[in-house]
Amino acid sequence: MASRVRIQEADFDVGAELAALQGERTDIGALASFVGSVRGHTREDDVSALTLEHYPGMTERSIEAMLVEAEARFAVQDALVIHRVGRLLPGERIVLVAVASSHRRDAFQACEFLMDYLKTHAPFWKKETTPQGARWVDARVADDAALARWGLASANAGGQALPASGAAVDAP
Amino acid sequence: MRITLKYFASLREALGPGGTLDWQPAAEPTAAALRAWLRAQSDAHAQALAPGRAVRVAVDQALADGATPLRDGAEVAFFPPVTGG
Repeated sequence: MASRVRIQEADFDVGAELAALQGERTDIGALASFVGSVRGHTREDDVSALTLEHYPGMTERSIEAMLVEAEARFAVQDALVIHRVGRLLPGERIVLVAVASSHRRDAFQACEFLMDYLKTHAPFWKKETTPQGARWVDARVADDAALARWGLASANAGGQALPASGAAVDAP
Repeated sequence: MRITLKYFASLREALGPGGTLDWQPAAEPTAAALRAWLRAQSDAHAQALAPGRAVRVAVDQALADGATPLRDGAEVAFFPPVTGG
């Protein structure tokens, strides 16, 4: 059986992955999926490429733990996360999160929960190539806020942006 | 004590990928104590790991904080805030 968490350089076929997730099962009434892609521009600049780095081992483990957490919160029958690394061009797919459930509400919610969790806790880093040169993408406080809606605290971006929050600043 | 040190993203570019470290901590071995010790190793370390910089830490491949204790043989990674997805 294919792993539920895959970190890879290669592209993926969304249709084939969703079909495989459903398989021959007849108890799955809802399949929700999210596909993230490389944007060709930011507010300031054109982006000609995105290079993604990860922490082999920890990345897979952390996403697997997120799947376990999603299963504790929602009626999830099966789930899949594929995240690409390496050099990607605008329009290319970066990430697929797919959740199979009996009913749509759990499928939608678990899918959004997993993306919010992944954005703030999975060790990936993006570097943009622009006409001004290459630069690492800054974490967004809005992504921490998105996770907070699920009752989970995140100071991923917040340590720098909110120095009043104390511990996060000097903590490594 | 033996520490496997890893750096990622902008910290990897500034300090290299890391390596194995033989560290004699002066006090309680915590992630914050290791970060402070590393700052004293070079100007590049002092700058990349400066107290005001947003640096995250993982101990044995789990997100941690400054107070997290380190055991002999621990894997400690320092990196900027994550930006996947």
